[in-house]
Amino acid sequence: MPGVLILEQALNGLQFGLMLFLLAAGLTLVFGVMDMINLAHGSLYMVGAFVAAWLGALTGSFVLGVLGAVALTAVFGMVLEAGLLRTLYARDHLSQVLATFALILILNDGTKMVFGNDLPLSAPAALAGPVELLPGLIYPAYRLLIIGVGLALAVLLWLLVQKTRMGALVRAGASNREMATAMGTNIPRLFTAVFGIGAALCAVAGALLGPLLAVQVGMGENILILAFVVIVIGGIGSIRGALVGAILVGCIDTLGRTFLQHALRELLPPQWASAAGPAIASIAVYVFMAVVLAIKPQGLFPARG
Amino acid sequence: MRPAVRALPIAVAALVALALPFVLRALGLDFYLSLASRIVVFGVAATSLNLVLGYGGMVSFGHAAFVGVGAYVTGVMISEGVQSGVAHLAATVAITALVALVIGAISLRTRGVYFIMITLAFAQMLYYLANSVKGYGGDEGLNIRARSLFSLGDRVLDLKDPLAFYYVALAVLVLTLVALARFVPSRFGRAALALRDDDVRAEALGFPVYRSKLVVFVVAGALGGVAGALSVNLQGYVSPNVLHWTQSGTLMVMVILGGVATVWGGLVGAAVLMLMQEVLGAYTEHWEFWTGWVLLAVVLYARQGLVGVVKTLRDRKAGPR
Repeated sequence: MPGVLILEQALNGLQFGLMLFLLAAGLTLVFGVMDMINLAHGSLYMVGAFVAAWLGALTGSFVLGVLGAVALTAVFGMVLEAGLLRTLYARDHLSQVLATFALILILNDGTKMVFGNDLPLSAPAALAGPVELLPGLIYPAYRLLIIGVGLALAVLLWLLVQKTRMGALVRAGASNREMATAMGTNIPRLFTAVFGIGAALCAVAGALLGPLLAVQVGMGENILILAFVVIVIGGIGSIRGALVGAILVGCIDTLGRTFLQHALRELLPPQWASAAGPAIASIAVYVFMAVVLAIKPQGLFPARG
Repeated sequence: MRPAVRALPIAVAALVALALPFVLRALGLDFYLSLASRIVVFGVAATSLNLVLGYGGMVSFGHAAFVGVGAYVTGVMISEGVQSGVAHLAATVAITALVALVIGAISLRTRGVYFIMITLAFAQMLYYLANSVKGYGGDEGLNIRARSLFSLGDRVLDLKDPLAFYYVALAVLVLTLVALARFVPSRFGRAALALRDDDVRAEALGFPVYRSKLVVFVVAGALGGVAGALSVNLQGYVSPNVLHWTQSGTLMVMVILGGVATVWGGLVGAAVLMLMQEVLGAYTEHWEFWTGWVLLAVVLYARQGLVGVVKTLRDRKAGPR
């Protein structure tokens, strides 16, 4: 196995993992602090991607499309939180599942009504070409941009959570919501803001992954489950856990796909290997989650202390 | 007086269900028999989930796995030339029960949201496994030409016949509902409810909590498998999508919509959701959009589900007791 290929796949894994982190960050806070199962989180990712594709075509600028999508999706998320999701915090998990599943139906079909089943979205022309990172390692410039944006947002989020007053309140809420409320934190208002930030991060992930994975209705459904796996591995409510979990899951998924296929080709007929490789890589992610839970039932970085 | 009041609607429902194929034929609406069969099959699947969710208090987010495994077991047997319906049923029950035993034994060591996530994870594993078995259709799914055959004396009951299928599925549903109705007031049923409401207390009282929950989980899994075996006979087709998490979600929606921990909840939820799809689908291609709003209204305004609404209305009519 050539080292260049391993390096290239590791970068792909990092890139996918960072985008998973953007989805998982908002999800883990809502889950951890409000004990709320939000299945519609993936729909925000879809809405962000569609708005970015639509605005991008309208303005002729990819960057304007992404920025507009981030702003609009954040507003949309806050309206959703204040208008509906807030009333679900006190309800049991079953009600939350039913309500947010209903939201998936509404947002999927609503998006179809407004934008159609899919929209074209391509990477900006300036980044369409490859870059030679090391002698022999040629990597698409657009994927490098995604890694850069992902890392920058991860640092920004870390600063926000660790160094600001709002971040301290969020951490207090994740560790013990009743105590934080008793100490005078206005958790509902805080959470509208947190939800807006989570929605904005979803939009970034949707808009940036759009050119790679296609912008279509239902795109949020598979990645949502991966985001749930990430936050369970990382520890529900922990941003740091979400980052570590996301990069682990991204790398297992991406590296597994490539290398299992290589390895299986030695053992199985080629048509079996090409189907079994991706399937086993996908299964590996869930097996990894089960193993982590068996060893550390609260995830790698438990938030509740 | 009260048992008679309760028995009347059930007798009416049973008569309607039995006469339905003939009424549809007389009205020239034969097409709707397959819809009725689908409702019956999903009614069995949703009722089996209600056993876990409502009576067992276990929020399983992977129930589609059992339905899917059942559908694949029967589908694969048929495509391999095994025609005996009894063999299909026996293998389906045995294998789905075994799968449920393994998944349940591991998942029940966790609680709360971790139980939700780990049942989901197991279902996803089986979903990707179904995608990878190229020999049986892979991601394109498996088409079967024949159906399960049951020999009754010298006559043969072929599930390819829509009428035969409907009555067989209906028989399964009736057996399921009767068994559930008898389970609830039974000794084990009361123990199950006790440990659903407070498993620490139940444990302290000497109930084998883990083992009881596992039994409920396995029985429900096997019943879900039977629903899957019926569904592959109805559709003549099974694909990995049967195991997708949105299918587990749909089953949960049916149970919550109908009424958690009610005997009729699963069937009512399945019937209402599928009829809603059918009726809305006739007027608009965006039926999902409107279905979503109806479900939201149920969450916000009918917290006990539709069966709960009916109970409230009936109690109000009966006056203060």
